[in-house]
Amino acid sequence: MGQQIVNGLFLGSIYALFALGYTLVFGVLDILNLAHQAVFMLCAYVALLLVGSLHLHMFAAFPLAVLAGGLLGVVVDRVAFKPLRGRSDSNISGLISSIALATILEAAGLQLFGPDVERFPLGTVPDRSVQIGGAIVSELQVVIIAIALVVMGALTFLVQRTRLGRRIRAVAESPLAARILGVNVDRVIAAAFFLSSALGAAAGVLFGLAFNNVAPDMGRAVELKGLAVIILGGMGSMPGAAVAGFALGLLEVFTVAKLGSSYRDAIAFGVLFLVLVLRPHGLFGKAALREA
Amino acid sequence: MRFAGRLTLVATSLLFAALQARAETVKIGAAFSITGNAAVYGAQQKAGVLLAVEEVNKSGKLKGITLEVIVEDDATSKEQGIAVFQRFINRDKVSAIIGPTLSTTATAADPIAQQSRAPVVAVSNTAPKGITDIGDYIWRVSLTEAQVIPSALQNARAKLGFKNAALLYGNDDVFTKAGFDVMKAALEKEGIPIVEIQTFATKDRDFNAQLTALKGKNPDFLMVSALAEQAAGIVTQARQLGWNVPIMGGNGFNSPAFIKNAGQAAEGVYVGTSWNKASPDPVNQAFIAAMKAKGNDPDQFCAQAYTGVLVIAEAIREAGMKGGRDDVKAGFAKVKDLPTPLGKFSFLPNRDGNHAAAIQVVKGGRFEIVQ
Repeated sequence: MGQQIVNGLFLGSIYALFALGYTLVFGVLDILNLAHQAVFMLCAYVALLLVGSLHLHMFAAFPLAVLAGGLLGVVVDRVAFKPLRGRSDSNISGLISSIALATILEAAGLQLFGPDVERFPLGTVPDRSVQIGGAIVSELQVVIIAIALVVMGALTFLVQRTRLGRRIRAVAESPLAARILGVNVDRVIAAAFFLSSALGAAAGVLFGLAFNNVAPDMGRAVELKGLAVIILGGMGSMPGAAVAGFALGLLEVFTVAKLGSSYRDAIAFGVLFLVLVLRPHGLFGKAALREA
Repeated sequence: MRFAGRLTLVATSLLFAALQARAETVKIGAAFSITGNAAVYGAQQKAGVLLAVEEVNKSGKLKGITLEVIVEDDATSKEQGIAVFQRFINRDKVSAIIGPTLSTTATAADPIAQQSRAPVVAVSNTAPKGITDIGDYIWRVSLTEAQVIPSALQNARAKLGFKNAALLYGNDDVFTKAGFDVMKAALEKEGIPIVEIQTFATKDRDFNAQLTALKGKNPDFLMVSALAEQAAGIVTQARQLGWNVPIMGGNGFNSPAFIKNAGQAAEGVYVGTSWNKASPDPVNQAFIAAMKAKGNDPDQFCAQAYTGVLVIAEAIREAGMKGGRDDVKAGFAKVKDLPTPLGKFSFLPNRDGNHAAAIQVVKGGRFEIVQ
């Protein structure tokens, strides 16, 4: 039982990490960037190359991979979204062009790294584990859960309390009004993409480490779950995304253990459906204020 | 009409062959998973087929006939498998097809060959049912899990003396599901109680929930039916949970990629195998040496693919040096005690292959045959 709770929290922290970066652009700015999962995947490979081929220590490779993710995010914005900005249907057309970009990046990953599942070299991270009340928790799992919580706190602070956060929210409210007030809309959006993709990269590297599994299709495993977590938690809410991530992880683990793996997604998305019927704005979401 | 024309052509060319040793080319199509989920097997299979064709041609065993192999990627998908089979049959006019890699793909592609009366040699499909059952043009070199697992289980039990067992398997893949059915039947036949069964999906990477549930029942032995991709993750995560139960895997574990990806966690894992790599048989040793000379460390899939070509060559010889589709098919039935790296090979009346099986354990990062 204790072990299953740990398993659930761990799986949930992976979902939360993926969703937190995702929701900065999707939940706050209302831009659905479906290339997020491709950044997640490519940056896991970047870290893998740095550690495996250049023999860098993980502590050096991790920030570099995160930086690469951030830069890739800016590229995603410039290529898939910026040319379409200002069109009346920019959200939908941007979504479609981000699907195209995701497909291109995934194909590039397949071409560059091959279809085989790769793993980080043995001993990349210490293989120690601790025992907490009958449950065995590896140090990596503790670190991942902690990172998810810290990122949640930091992003909440960023969006609510900082200048950049205010500007992001202003752009989300009305790009035109923000521009009139002297906000450089393109730069704010690029900054949001940078942060979002850097977090996506961090999630990708940690996912690869946690499951010893880096493959060109790894992003697909969390893409839908990430969206579900954002909606379940409430659009734009960082604590919501984290809580929903943990809740989904726990729900999945107990469904698998008690009912079998075949029911996992049915139960997970069934609960999502139920929450949306009962609380249309998600667990922590506020009612939409920008109706008109 | 075209068929008769073809026969005449073959007959004439044989006449010429007798007179002036004119070379006739017999085409073989090989459909393997070079990309996709089963790509770890495809590369080894391709290497095995290419070496065998080269050796058969060099040996002059098929007087006047040169084998030509066309390797195509089935991309581990049913759709692509069907497309490749159609290309082989209609465009390349091959005499026989080797492959595809996975049983799941075979259930989709093999019926096309059966309809077109093109013989197929399955070299890695191990699902007990639904492969050679497709029809009389579908033959199989690879032993089914039903042939390998029961003897491997008896072997492991004699060594480990476990009283009960738990099972974990992928329930959305033809091959892993079939492997599970065999494991369950073998355990029941041995009278070993099954304390818990858990499932996962092909795309899963997190198995902690299933493993924790299994560990909670405290079984003496764990049997796992999974593809190599998940096998490493399952074993690694089991050991990370501090669970040191002996594990026996199905055919999917049977790949160096499993050991590479599972690392230390792979140590002590048992796997049944249809290829006894340690066999001192000269045919086997020559095969390993030739493969290593090409810079490839062969695995079971490589040996089976290699054997697939030998079987086709033998069938052509048995058919009186005729390489038409029906000649090859008729020749298969006459293949008996053919020396191959897998041992003396024959076909059973149901067109499944038959030869001796073995069990191996991972030790020091490699598979070792358990004597």
